[in-house]
Amino acid sequence: MPAMALWFAAAGARLMSLKPVDLLIIVIYFVLVLGLGLYLRRYASTSEEFFMAGRQMTAWIAGLSFISANLGSLEMMGYAAATYQYGILVAHAYWIAAIPAILFLALVMLPFYYICQTHSVPGYLHLRYGEGARSVSAISFAVMTILMSGINMFSMAIIMKVILGWNIHFSIWVSSLTVAVYVMAGGLLSAIFNEVLQFFLIWIGCLVIPIVGLIETGGWDGMVQRIQQNFPGQDFIHMWSTTGSFAGNPMGVHWTGIVFGWGLAISFGYWTTDFLVVQRVMAAKDLRSAKLGTVIGAFFKMLVPLIVILPGLLGLAVLPFKLVPESMAGPGMHSYNEVLPLMLARYCGPGLLGLGITALVAGFMSGMAGNVSAFATVWTYDIYKPLIRKQASDAHYLSMGRWCSLLGVFVSIGTAYLVMNFSSIIVYAQAVFVFFIVPMFGTVILGMLWKRTTPAAGFWGLLIGILVSLGLWLWVKLDPGALKYIAFSDQAKDMAENIYRAMWSLIANVVATVVITLFTKPKPAHELKGLVYGMTEIPAEGHFPFFKRPITWAIAVAVGFVILNLIFW
Amino acid sequence: MHIDKHFISIWFFIGSLLVVYGVLILGAGVYEWAAHSPTEVVLANLHVDVWWGAGMLVFGLIYVIRFWPRSDAAK
Repeated sequence: MPAMALWFAAAGARLMSLKPVDLLIIVIYFVLVLGLGLYLRRYASTSEEFFMAGRQMTAWIAGLSFISANLGSLEMMGYAAATYQYGILVAHAYWIAAIPAILFLALVMLPFYYICQTHSVPGYLHLRYGEGARSVSAISFAVMTILMSGINMFSMAIIMKVILGWNIHFSIWVSSLTVAVYVMAGGLLSAIFNEVLQFFLIWIGCLVIPIVGLIETGGWDGMVQRIQQNFPGQDFIHMWSTTGSFAGNPMGVHWTGIVFGWGLAISFGYWTTDFLVVQRVMAAKDLRSAKLGTVIGAFFKMLVPLIVILPGLLGLAVLPFKLVPESMAGPGMHSYNEVLPLMLARYCGPGLLGLGITALVAGFMSGMAGNVSAFATVWTYDIYKPLIRKQASDAHYLSMGRWCSLLGVFVSIGTAYLVMNFSSIIVYAQAVFVFFIVPMFGTVILGMLWKRTTPAAGFWGLLIGILVSLGLWLWVKLDPGALKYIAFSDQAKDMAENIYRAMWSLIANVVATVVITLFTKPKPAHELKGLVYGMTEIPAEGHFPFFKRPITWAIAVAVGFVILNLIFW
Repeated sequence: MHIDKHFISIWFFIGSLLVVYGVLILGAGVYEWAAHSPTEVVLANLHVDVWWGAGMLVFGLIYVIRFWPRSDAAK
């Protein structure tokens, strides 16, 4: 994943300096999020309120929070960098690798999550398959979530050092303790509110770049012309027409990998089973709001390339120097990873620059808050309650959630310092995290749509999927020549390799689950009510005009998705 | 969640933040413009900060007014 390459942002002269008005804007943001957390404490006095925000979120709040939990700064800067490297192909991450899966979550999977009133995705696995599958998913998720939280925080500190010259320890501690205060106080509600706030900040802070950039280049055609002048013979502006062969595009990927690896395995794994994002829409006030909120999230996800991909393309067109890979960035040179901050500094003067930096900081902090709140929920409901203390008062679990949030922040800080000394941890954690959620999708979707799937198959299928993904990753690490078997090409870049490995992992999971199911005993039908398609009565959404129904807007988003792919074919 | 009649909507907080940021960015832009000390950014002659700050201010004011805390209804 390109985002993680940001960690390697090497030391050098800082890219920009802030004026007093910029600093004031940043300080105001910190004051507001702390105030919000303390204000919301009074609304998180039971465990249901703390972990699930009382399940009272409106569609808009749930939807914006859902999409913001994914719109972290690390991802934004990473994908802008990847765009400079691979071109508009990276927009697949926002379209085919997101929209179909999000709409599938909204229309097919959410009703099951919602009806069974579980607190988490591992909680669903418990109801469907039993304790084994839940324990594997909960423990993996808890460990990886908190690890990723620390890695994100460390990455933020490194970036702030590179961009602004800030002290690493200052960035880590101030941001982490702020997150600790507002998540510990307000729980998921506080995390959600800050994510909605972050959504506005990111859009308002980053939208300046594409607008002014397109004015500078004289519009889209002018930008394309400049890219072709700067990089003759290379195609950075087509999404599908160059994917008929592995060598025809900068990423070294074939369209089959994009469709089946990226669009199916990775995308459906992440968007439908990663509890970090699913938790947001599960907090909606009713099923219709949950579905509509998810569709709202899909709509804004479709627009994100405006503030991530377009700045990367504009960088190719207007920057007077060429960016280089991180490993080649010497003194006075800039790496791909700096493209977004460079474009920010190019167009934003005092005030606007502070807003842009605040947007990035907000993205990092809400990313950490999202991880910590999801960790607290999974730890309390799926590890502590079933495995350690089954019978306790609600106040006890609430207290556990609060302390767990604080503990999560401190473990994240510890992880950040661990990463500082053992940078290879990032590589391992990334691989495990990404490929843990892919087999999870196979396990969840087979459980939801096929009533025959057995508890033993759910457990072993999940475990085999995880082990296969790790095994393939290790194989390439030990023998780089294995790449041509896994990704069908020894030209495959990192991103293409990830895509194909995810595909194999999902296939292994599904095949193992189906085969084991055929030889083991299924659950009795009466235990599957509310959990499996065909055994569950989906509640009516009520009588609403067509323009208030999730399906209407889902169709609109799907049509927009098709049109965008055709335009940039 | 016991959202009560005193609960302040998230949209109000967002509107307030946009108003404050709008004033600061608009102020910084007007100062740069009036002092004839344009920054070194590309296309500084467009005075993007002035228009952007003004837009944020208007957008924020609409949210603040629309979602001003009232005691008669929960948000």
